[in-house]
Amino acid sequence: MSAAEGISLAEEVLRLAGAAGATDAEAVVLANDSSLTRFANNEIHQNVAETDISVRLRFVAGKRQGVATSGRTDDESLRRLVDTAAAIARSSAELEDGVALPEGDGSLTGEYPSAHAASTASADPERRAEGARAVIAAADEVMATASGSFSTAIERTTIANSRGIRADGERTKAHILTVMMGPDGGTGYAEACAVDVDSMDPPSVGREAAERTRASTSPVATEPGDYPVVLLEYAVVDVLDMLGYLGFSALAVEEGRSFVEVGKRVGSPLVTIRDDGADPAGLPMAYDYEGARKTAVELVAGGVCGGVVYDAATAARVGRTTTGHGLPAPNPWGPFPLNMQLLAGDTPCDELIGGLDRGLLVTRFHYTNPVQPKRAVVTGMTRDGTFLVEGGRIVGPVRNLRYTQSYVDALAGVSAVGSDRKCLVGFLGAIVVPAVRIDSWTFTSATEH
Amino acid sequence: MDTARARGASYADARIVHRREESLTVKTGRLEAAAAGETEGIGIRVIVDGAWGFAATHRLTPGDIDATAARAVRIARASATAIRRPIVLDDRPPAHGTYETPVAEDPFAVALEEKVALLVEADVAMRGAARLAFTEATFAAQRERKVFAATDGSLTDQTITHVGAAIEANAVAGDDHQRRSYPDAGGAWGAAGFEFIRGLDLVGHAARMATEAETLLTAPACPSGSATIILDPSQLYLQVHESCGHPTELDRVFGTEASYAGTSFLTTDKLESGFRYGSDLVTIVADATAAGGLGTFGWDDEGVAAQAVPLVRDGIFSGYLSSRETAPRIGRRSGGAMRADGWNRIPLIRMTNVSLMPVPGMNLDEIVADTDDGLYLASNRSWSIDDRRLNFQFATEIAWEVKGGKLGRMLKNPTYAGITPEFWRSCDAIGDERSWRMLGTPNCGKGEPGQVGHVGHGVSGARFRGVQVGVRGT
Repeated sequence: MSAAEGISLAEEVLRLAGAAGATDAEAVVLANDSSLTRFANNEIHQNVAETDISVRLRFVAGKRQGVATSGRTDDESLRRLVDTAAAIARSSAELEDGVALPEGDGSLTGEYPSAHAASTASADPERRAEGARAVIAAADEVMATASGSFSTAIERTTIANSRGIRADGERTKAHILTVMMGPDGGTGYAEACAVDVDSMDPPSVGREAAERTRASTSPVATEPGDYPVVLLEYAVVDVLDMLGYLGFSALAVEEGRSFVEVGKRVGSPLVTIRDDGADPAGLPMAYDYEGARKTAVELVAGGVCGGVVYDAATAARVGRTTTGHGLPAPNPWGPFPLNMQLLAGDTPCDELIGGLDRGLLVTRFHYTNPVQPKRAVVTGMTRDGTFLVEGGRIVGPVRNLRYTQSYVDALAGVSAVGSDRKCLVGFLGAIVVPAVRIDSWTFTSATEH
Repeated sequence: MDTARARGASYADARIVHRREESLTVKTGRLEAAAAGETEGIGIRVIVDGAWGFAATHRLTPGDIDATAARAVRIARASATAIRRPIVLDDRPPAHGTYETPVAEDPFAVALEEKVALLVEADVAMRGAARLAFTEATFAAQRERKVFAATDGSLTDQTITHVGAAIEANAVAGDDHQRRSYPDAGGAWGAAGFEFIRGLDLVGHAARMATEAETLLTAPACPSGSATIILDPSQLYLQVHESCGHPTELDRVFGTEASYAGTSFLTTDKLESGFRYGSDLVTIVADATAAGGLGTFGWDDEGVAAQAVPLVRDGIFSGYLSSRETAPRIGRRSGGAMRADGWNRIPLIRMTNVSLMPVPGMNLDEIVADTDDGLYLASNRSWSIDDRRLNFQFATEIAWEVKGGKLGRMLKNPTYAGITPEFWRSCDAIGDERSWRMLGTPNCGKGEPGQVGHVGHGVSGARFRGVQVGVRGT
């Protein structure tokens, strides 16, 4: 779908909504073509591609709203879409504070040029298979089995509303990850994510995971307890994901369930967390799913709570403008930061480890879930490479451990931040993070592997 | 399928799926979300040169479908450059027929105003009963019509309807956030019509949820140590899901989910050796024919008829959730557990209705009366389990002390933890059929790209001895 086709379709939906009596309306058109090649046991076992579209209409009737979506774009389906959304709106109760939509001047907000790469858009199954084979070859070198995926996607997001918002653009994403398992209990992980598939190097992803697999062979048991830790980038992603999910949303603050209090110190002075859709280090995103331009938000600045992210509704309720972090309507979950990053420090990764007298090096976390959400107390497991460090040196692999740890308290314990960062995929989008050293992390039990 | 065969596919199947959805969320007195949606498309799966390929499109013109079949074949040829074991499917008979979820009252035909009014009434009842930070009342319905055809002549046509609803009361004081939800964390779901929602009596349970959430703020914390615990069905279903359902998925056992969800401790040698999974009381069955479950259907998404598969029998590990590709590798035929999340996803091994079977003798109340000293835990709040499904830790919304066979003080922030087979071996009481309920979850995640599954779990409550409770972190 071209930009003109996307805008034309969105405007046609607005026109139909207006003709059906909408006092305001918002149309969101999402079109994507995505492919994923998946491998396990050193062979490709799943290999998929899809072409999809959805048209979403928010129909506003005074202080009421209704939302409908459709995967069809023919005239009859669009009319049915409008009828459905209108019927929902008219059947709904009035919202006390009305329906908030962002305002625009009719000019088009485009996507950042850095959000799109032609090489990713044209990546074919042969190229993904080649990447998979490169990772598998690295696994073969260390007698390990590789599993993982290599995906490429192109997505066009077009948004128009009756208040003059017009936004359209295309983004691409390439993502590769692998988990390797060695013959004697060794496991390893590596991942890369980028706008441009040409900037990724599947063989090096394979080599990183293979090296970690070899190094973690025959892990030994270690006692649970409080340990200083170095978290590699893959683990740090989970910390930001959870903090974003539990705390950095204006709705979480409004409902009293967030740890965030603006101006309150929660982290070490080394910790600055930002959401910035313009940063090409991540996956750039110029506007949100309400068509509002994204503004950079300093969530934690030098350890002190800065702002939180807003969509049109949460912003209107406190008399400010949106920061451009809205999700597609209807959205009972509130706004979320989808371009988070932890600013780099000045400590190379080997010096992060070198600063541990006795502690653990953690590659990544698995199956994490909040236990006490307001303090961001989270439980989860280590996975794919956990190592004992003594005297600043890795002395050997240990079996996986369960932890139960407040991620807010962890921010306060950050004693060093890595100088290099990776762009990785979390459940709140692409996140750019360095490795970190933290003074104490509470491990509550062990497992057998 | 003709296009796929003409281009070299040795096998092909196609699913045309139309999905209709509706969801309502009332949050603290306002209708925060009211939405309806529909999606339709075709997914085509092929085997070429012993390797899989899959392509899907929302465009349903003959030309687009042919192009999608050709794309699937091209993808399969790329797969074939990196396979070590050609695909072999079991020899299930061709599938023919229709299936439809029994529905007494079409949830899409009930007036929207009536559904909203029900949620608003429950929301008002919660907020009128206690001081709460926020409340939520939700309803959702999904209907999927899917036509499946395969090159072996199979042709099935199924219409499956699921509905669910929930209320949730949240109380906050300082750093303390307490939640109570009904019927179960995330809501009760079933394969049924709106009669299922009416039967939940959301309004009748609202005040209790509200007062319990508020009371939890000042309740003592769950103690730490080793304890006898009784799990209410609202928690036990998720225990079954995480610690039996997932590890019995045969794709996990064979490592094909290792990069995302993980593997399984239930390796195939344990099937041959008669591994003791739980106590003699523990029998767990995956039954896609069970009435009202989210995993109930006529045929799975590769045309295998719905059936009941024993996973654990009298405590002994006895079977897997399987597919046409994985079952022959252990000398069996598919148990019919391949399910796809819509037209644009491939089928994966998913749970059907994985249920802990009732044990005659005591209902849940009688198990409580039979317990001198313990904890009664209800409604899941948090879950986590390792990548082989051994080490788990769960939190529930609420617990009560059990003293002398009676429920006592309310306790907040309850947690318990364990190792899967050790935990199930410590089970010394399971409720009988009087306490048995079919529950389920509509948000089971698996696969890359991600898929969300609707799966059912029948449970009646159970008692476990010597369980670690009150896990303290920082």
